[in-house]
Amino acid sequence: MNPQSTLPPTPAALPQTGTRNGAGRRGKGRPSEVRLLAGLGHVALAVWAVIVIVPILWTFLASFKNTTEIFSSPWTLPAELRWENYARAWTKANVGRYFLNSVIVVGFSTFGTMLFGSMAAYVLARYKFWGNRVIYYLFVSGLAFPVFLALVPLFFVVKNLGLLNTHTGLVLVYIAYSLPFTIFFLAAFFKTLPSSVAEAGIIDGCSHTRLFFQVMLPLAKPGLISLTIFNVIGQWAQYQLPLVLLSNAKDKWVLTQGIADISVNAGYEADWSGLFAALTIAILPMIIVYAIFQRQIQSGLTSGAVK
Amino acid sequence: MRHGKYPFVIGFLFVPVTLYVVFVIAPYAQAFQISMTNWRGLSAPQWVGFDNYRRLLDDGNFWKAVQHHGVLLLALPLITIAIALFFAFLLNVGGRSSGGQRQGVWGSKFYRVVFFFPQVLAVAIIAVLFQMVYRPNESGLINGVLMKLGFDPVLFLIKPNLALWSILAVLVWQAVGFYVVLFSAGMASIPAEIYEAAEMDGATRVTLFFRVTLPLLWDTLQVAWVYLGIAAFDAFAIVAVLSVDSGGPDGATTVLAMEIYRNAFVYSKYGYASAMGVALFFLTITFAALTLRLSKRESVEY
Repeated sequence: MNPQSTLPPTPAALPQTGTRNGAGRRGKGRPSEVRLLAGLGHVALAVWAVIVIVPILWTFLASFKNTTEIFSSPWTLPAELRWENYARAWTKANVGRYFLNSVIVVGFSTFGTMLFGSMAAYVLARYKFWGNRVIYYLFVSGLAFPVFLALVPLFFVVKNLGLLNTHTGLVLVYIAYSLPFTIFFLAAFFKTLPSSVAEAGIIDGCSHTRLFFQVMLPLAKPGLISLTIFNVIGQWAQYQLPLVLLSNAKDKWVLTQGIADISVNAGYEADWSGLFAALTIAILPMIIVYAIFQRQIQSGLTSGAVK
Repeated sequence: MRHGKYPFVIGFLFVPVTLYVVFVIAPYAQAFQISMTNWRGLSAPQWVGFDNYRRLLDDGNFWKAVQHHGVLLLALPLITIAIALFFAFLLNVGGRSSGGQRQGVWGSKFYRVVFFFPQVLAVAIIAVLFQMVYRPNESGLINGVLMKLGFDPVLFLIKPNLALWSILAVLVWQAVGFYVVLFSAGMASIPAEIYEAAEMDGATRVTLFFRVTLPLLWDTLQVAWVYLGIAAFDAFAIVAVLSVDSGGPDGATTVLAMEIYRNAFVYSKYGYASAMGVALFFLTITFAALTLRLSKRESVEY
C-alpha cells in the first residue's frame, strides 16, 4: 500500500492496487485454498460424526453379545442376536418399570408446566393489574438460582407435605422449577399477538377464560410447541431431583436414575450385556423421536438461547 | 376488558404462583437461613452464625471442588465454542459459492443432524455410556482398540490427573452439536451481501471468518459463554455417575453440587450443605455478572 500511495492516482494505478492486495492472490490462491479448506473441513466433520456415532453404535452391538464376547471381541458383530439380554434388562433390572415411570412423570409434569405456565404468562403479558411486575420478576428471577441452593430445604418441604417418594411430589416440583423459563418465554410470545383479535372476542361476549383457551392458545401454537419440546427433554433428562425426592422408593424411580443405579452398582461380576441392553432401551427411543421431530427439537432447544 | 377481570386474573395466577412459592421461593429463602445453623435433621436447628462458612474455608474438598469449577469454567466454553464455531463456519460458508450464494460443504445437513443428537440424551445416560467407553480393560471401547494394537490401557477415570479431563471431554462431546446449531442460526442471519463485498475485496476464507463472521456473531458467542459457564457450575449428573466413587478418585473430579449432595443426603449435615449451596450461588452470580460486564462491547448493527 505504501508505494502506491506515493504514486499519482492515475486510472491505471487503481486496478493495479487491487491486483497487488487481493486479486493476484485470488487468481492463484483461491481455488486451491477452497479445495484445501473444504478437504480439511470434510475430514474434521467426518471425524466428529464418527466420534458421535461410534459409541452409540457400539452400545447397540454390545447389547446383543454375551459377556465373553464383550470382553474378547468388542469390535465384531455379535455371533447371534441375543434378545434375552433385553428381556433381562426389561424385567429383571426393572428398566421397563423405570421407563414407564418416566413416561408418567414427564407426561403429567410437562402438561402441568404448559397449562399453568401459559396461564400465568398470558395474564402477566396482557393484563394490567396491581402487582403484575412484581409477580413477573419473581418468576423470572428463578432463572438465576441454581437448583442445588434449594436442595436441602426442598427435600424437607416435600417431606413435610407427605409427598416424598411419590410421583405427585416429583411432578409438582418439576412444574414449579420449569415455570420461570416457560413464563419468561411465553410472556414474550403472548405480547406479540395482536390485541385486535382479543378485543373482537370480548365484544362478541367471550369470557376471559374462553378467550384464552379458544382464541389465544391456538394463536400461540408455535411457541407452545417449542416450549413443550424444551420441557419434555429437560424433564426427561432430570437426574438430581428424582435422586433426592424418590430415593427410598425403588419402584417409583425414573429411567435416568434407574440406569445410573445399575451402572454405579455394577460390580465386576455384573451383567454387562444386560446393562448395554438397558442403555439401548434408553437411547433408541430418543433416536426415533429425534429422527421424526428433528427440526422442531433443534429449534425448541435452541429457542432459549436465541431469545 | 374491565369487568370480571380480577377474578379471572387471580384464578389464572393462583395455582402457578402457589406452586412456585412453595417449591421454589420458600426453599431458596430457607437455604440462607439453614446455612447459619448446625442442623442435622433430628433436633431443632441451633443458630451458629457464620461458623459453617468459616469451616468451608478449611475444607479441602470444598476447595478442590472450586478449583475444578475453575478448570471447567475456562476449558469447557473455550474448547466447545472453538470446535462449534469451526464446524458451524464449515457447514454454512465453508463450501463454494454458487450464484453469489455462500453454501456449506457437502453433506452439511447430515452433519448438523448427527452433531446435535447427544443434546437430546440425558446426561446421566451419557455418563453410563461413557463409563463403557472408558472402561480400563479390553471391554472398553477405546482401550479395547488400544490393547488390540499392543498398547497399555489408558486409565481414563482412575488416574487422578486424567479423570477431570476425561469428564470434560464427555461434556464437550455432548455440547458441541447444540452450539453448532446455535451459531449456524446466527450465521444464517448475516446478510450474504457482506460476504460478497468482502470477497470482492479479495478476503480469504480465514479473513472472512475473523473479520466478518466473528464480530457479527458476538452476541451469540456471549450467550454461549454464559450457558456453558452455568453448565460448568453444575456437572452433578456426569460426576455422580461417571467418575469413580462419585467425585473420585480421592476427590479428583468432585464438584460443589456433588459435595452439597454428599453432605446433605449422606452425612445429614444440612446446615453445612446449605452453606455450600449459598457459596455456589454467589459463585454463579459473580460469574454471570462478570461475563456480561467484561464481554460488553458495541454490537454491530446490520
